[in-house]
Amino acid sequence: MAESTVLNLVLWLPVLGMVALLLAPHGTDRAIRGFALALMLLQFVLAAWLYRRFDGAVAGLQFETRLPWIRDWGVHYHIGLDGLNVLLVALTAFLGPLVVAGAFSAIQKQVKLFYAMVFFIQFAMLGTFVAQDLFLFYVFWEAMLIPMFLIIGIWGGERRIYATLKFVLYTAFGSILMLAAVIYLVYSQSQVTGSMSFAFSELGRYPLPLDAQSWLLAAFALSFAIKVPMVPLHTWLPDAHVEAPTAGSVILAGVLLKMGTYGFMKLGFPLFPDATRAFLPALMILSVVSIIYGACLALVQTDIKKIIAYSSISHLGYVMLGLVSLDLIGIQGAIIQMVSHGLVAGGLFMMVGMIYERCHTRELAHYGGLAKLLPVYSVFFMILTLASIGLPTTSGFTGEFMVLLGAFNAAWPSYLAGDSLPLVVAVTAVAGVVLGALYMLWLAQRLLFGEVKAPHQPFTDLVAREKAILLAFVVAIFALGLFPQGPLAKTELAARDYQQRVLASRVPEAAP
Amino acid sequence: MDRTQLLLALSITLFSLGFVGVMVRRNALVMLMCMELMLNGVILSLVAFAAHSATLAGAVLVFLVFVVAAAEIAIAIPIVLLLSRQKRSLDIGAYSELKG
Amino acid sequence: MNLLTLIVLLPLAGFLLNGLAGPRLGKGFVSVVGCGLPILAFLATVRAFMQLNGAEGAALVETAYTWAVVGDFSFDIAFYFDRLSALMTLIVTGVGSLIHIYSTGYMKDDASYARYFAYLNLFLFFMLLLVLGRSLLVCFVGWEGVGLASYLLIGFWFDDPAKAQAGKKAFITNRVGDAGFLLGMFLIYHALGTLDFDAVNAAFTGPVAPAVSASLVGLLLFIGATGKSAQIPLHVWLPDAMAGPTPVSALIHAATMVTAGVYLVARLNGLYLQAPEASQVIAVVGLATAFFAATIAVVQTDIKKVLAYSTVSQLGLMFLALGVGAYGVAVFHVYTHAFFKACLFLGAGSVIHAMSGEQDIRKMGGLARKIPVTFATFAVATAAIAGIPPLAGFFSKDEILWFAFASETGGSPLLWAIASFSALLTSFYMFRLLWLTFLTPSRMDHQTEHHVHESPFSMTSVLIVLAVLSAVGGFFHVYDFLEPVMPMPAASESLHHLKMPLIYVATAVAFAGLGLAWFVYRDGLARGDRLRQRFAGAHRLLSGKYYVDELYEAVLGRPLHWISDRVFLVLGDRALIDGSLHGLAATAQRAAGRLSRVETGNLQTYVLLVVLGLVASLAWMWRNG
Repeated sequence: MAESTVLNLVLWLPVLGMVALLLAPHGTDRAIRGFALALMLLQFVLAAWLYRRFDGAVAGLQFETRLPWIRDWGVHYHIGLDGLNVLLVALTAFLGPLVVAGAFSAIQKQVKLFYAMVFFIQFAMLGTFVAQDLFLFYVFWEAMLIPMFLIIGIWGGERRIYATLKFVLYTAFGSILMLAAVIYLVYSQSQVTGSMSFAFSELGRYPLPLDAQSWLLAAFALSFAIKVPMVPLHTWLPDAHVEAPTAGSVILAGVLLKMGTYGFMKLGFPLFPDATRAFLPALMILSVVSIIYGACLALVQTDIKKIIAYSSISHLGYVMLGLVSLDLIGIQGAIIQMVSHGLVAGGLFMMVGMIYERCHTRELAHYGGLAKLLPVYSVFFMILTLASIGLPTTSGFTGEFMVLLGAFNAAWPSYLAGDSLPLVVAVTAVAGVVLGALYMLWLAQRLLFGEVKAPHQPFTDLVAREKAILLAFVVAIFALGLFPQGPLAKTELAARDYQQRVLASRVPEAAP
Repeated sequence: MDRTQLLLALSITLFSLGFVGVMVRRNALVMLMCMELMLNGVILSLVAFAAHSATLAGAVLVFLVFVVAAAEIAIAIPIVLLLSRQKRSLDIGAYSELKG
Repeated sequence: MNLLTLIVLLPLAGFLLNGLAGPRLGKGFVSVVGCGLPILAFLATVRAFMQLNGAEGAALVETAYTWAVVGDFSFDIAFYFDRLSALMTLIVTGVGSLIHIYSTGYMKDDASYARYFAYLNLFLFFMLLLVLGRSLLVCFVGWEGVGLASYLLIGFWFDDPAKAQAGKKAFITNRVGDAGFLLGMFLIYHALGTLDFDAVNAAFTGPVAPAVSASLVGLLLFIGATGKSAQIPLHVWLPDAMAGPTPVSALIHAATMVTAGVYLVARLNGLYLQAPEASQVIAVVGLATAFFAATIAVVQTDIKKVLAYSTVSQLGLMFLALGVGAYGVAVFHVYTHAFFKACLFLGAGSVIHAMSGEQDIRKMGGLARKIPVTFATFAVATAAIAGIPPLAGFFSKDEILWFAFASETGGSPLLWAIASFSALLTSFYMFRLLWLTFLTPSRMDHQTEHHVHESPFSMTSVLIVLAVLSAVGGFFHVYDFLEPVMPMPAASESLHHLKMPLIYVATAVAFAGLGLAWFVYRDGLARGDRLRQRFAGAHRLLSGKYYVDELYEAVLGRPLHWISDRVFLVLGDRALIDGSLHGLAATAQRAAGRLSRVETGNLQTYVLLVVLGLVASLAWMWRNG
């Protein structure tokens, strides 16, 4: 009993913090910042404890809480950790204090509201990951929009209104369709079983014909694909990243994008396995298109944040590739890649924020030779660049290697059986690693090497707070790169379960 | 044509005249008067039906409508008065700020 | 004690110490840590070698830890020490330590002394992972890691954008090869369920042939080798890599990293023995590379570029040997090449040091008397690479030529002929280099000439050691030593009687090159310039390196950029996707604008609409009962 309380605490602590902040009298900004950091650190400690206690050998949910909420509709407040979300919860809690600390010098106006919004979004993101009831999931999914809208809209850059509206409307459009699908799904299930239920464990059980599955999958997939983001539904991301404040970008890249892939992994594919398998070629093609297209576009950008935004699209293409490979190594690799991307992209955006605070420009053309001006900064930037490229010993390699191996492992038998599309996809994805190196090294070169130039000199190298933040990122990246067995052991059962469910069939038996 | 039908014809006539007046006239007070005319038409039809069916329900309803009409006029005229002080005109065309 | 793990971790410790604390603790500390740890690693390797000999040839295996377990498969970080690894590790740590010592003299005045040694130790760490790794996975970690170290060291003086650019070119070109490596690795994993070298070799030499084509795997892994070992078509990064400090060129781009490809193929000899098509491709590519690189080297005027193309050419010969099944011979050439090429590069470094930074051989000459130790060691190494007996290069090159001619798995007279011609060119351009740099009358400008001085002992001592090894190293027949691990290919019986004649021919070729070089260049540039004018077209082609870089830029670089920019960005993202989005938004706004015209603001219109609505609904209710 006590253990599940910890998960509830982790989830609701940000809400308490938000309420406390909004109700508190006009304190000093310093007190607010200190409070926010303390709260986030506490949440991280609790989440770390949950992570350590999570037992990878036990199937099903751990630290579960199930309370009836809306009885007549079969809605419960049902949360729990399983192999699919335990790493993501840990990632979210890990990034919390880093985001808060990173925003100390960047956010100067309406500080109270800002941290309240950060808490709100932590709550919404964590809720999405731990929710085991479809209604609850949807509520949290939608709830995330409000704080993000405000974060980009109030503390963002010049085109922030355009960017935040684009982000919200795009995401909301997908969500509306998803709502329709949710209603239909629950309704059709209630026709079969006689009572309504939103529980994940119930929704997958009864037979569902292929065409119904296809439409439902399309609706869910649209919403998730917008979030991931998958090409061609990705254009909100570069604008959102560029205009968002640093903390917003770190949250967006670090966790928010994973909500889309998590949605696919938890809901989209396992609930509609036959439709997923029918659409597998299209999904594979879209994944590899994301990889290549994102990488190519990153090559021709002039704004540093846009480069990293497009690199995010490319990296998440690997995650999708791993998920649709339906190979255990690929699936595990996708989960690791999710976490790795959160760390790497989050770290890179944090670093862009640091340089922006000093030089007030994100144009690559304004920079050069930073290795001479900011040696410590450059070391961290180089490490994060290498992690993004997927250099072995970093988490990027673990994720990419496993995804590519899984994709290939699944593709080769198909090739021998006559279907060469998966193999073409896998080989193209492997070729994508070259492009990945190309644009990241190009960025590093323009930024760090060559002739020295930067506006608003002289400026200081990293202060202790910034070094601590980046050190946390780097340590996590190397830990995941050198010792992935810990996380992998925790996710294996859930990955297997996902694989089995997507390979199973829900189509009703043919009438005798 | 029997008595009821005659009364109903008259009632419709009154109502229509009132309606046309509301649509066509531009003076706010005249529009209010025409609306009163419409109400009276309805009242007349209530009386006709009450007489026809020999129940008291219609007659009671008539008194209700009277009271409502009086209350309505008591509110409407001051509203028009206050508005006309703002715009300095009773022309209905002057009050189109909710356009678009 | 886990000896192998220790060997690997010692340079890593050096990297961390020098990287984190080096700048603060001064050059003395950096030198001691930076050179001491590789020397310790070398001693540990010797110890392991003795253990290996004691164990009657069974390989030493050490598992460090388990990296990941997925399903039934366990990816372990394990090390494997057999005769091949022993030899490679000895070369890496031995020659590596020597070059570290040399660097203390060469980089003495550099501001980033600590960073240099940190990177150099990092390189050593990854290279040891590469050669000691038991599985393709650990090898790959080292493989990519040495690419990283190479990138960092080539672009070491990153203030110069051209140098940083060269580092990037190296990394990207290597990455292309790595894609092939990955695919080959995946195929092996899929077919055999293991990535361990010993298991893979056993599977392919065993009674039951694995389900996957050995040639396909072989070719994919060879693509990786092509990238790392600068073979055609991925050779373009090596000459540019000369931008880095000269000891780096010696260590990474001569003695060790570039031989990783050779090591990979040699290590998987069990696989390649079953892959005749792949072996043929390897032989042809190696030969072509050897030939083309040699032709380019003939016209180079930068002392390091000559040596760079020479390295590419020699690597080509190694791959030729691998392609005809003579794995042990190829490794023999790796071993001798490490000595004389390192000696040559370090000698070049000594020359550049003496010449205050000048690298153009047209501005040198007459250095023999001024820097005698450098000259003597350079001359010995030159003779070795040219194949003058009884120096090391003669033995290894001769074996390669013999098997190119006579091996039953792919040898042919044509291969031998072209390879011999390349050897002729090698001898020619190396002696050309020797003469123009040291023996011709001086063409130096006065300022430089005044400052010419011999290098410090830290540098010359290493040169002497390497020169001695280049001289006598050939007497240790590596291929015999490696026989238990990689058998020698069968040489055609009918051709055995030609073995001695071919040795004479090879010797004659070496001396012919010497003679030609002496004839053309003994008095300086004049005769060479006349030849250049007569064969201007050919000269342009050669000094333009056959325009391969330009070809890549035109066929790959610019189209990629153009497509990314014009097609994907402007057309795709902006016009199509964002355009349709903005179109949707505009449509919604226009529609809303039109619909809002219902709100006329006119009270009477509203009344009319209400009444009409009322009438319509009453009529509908009346119609539908």
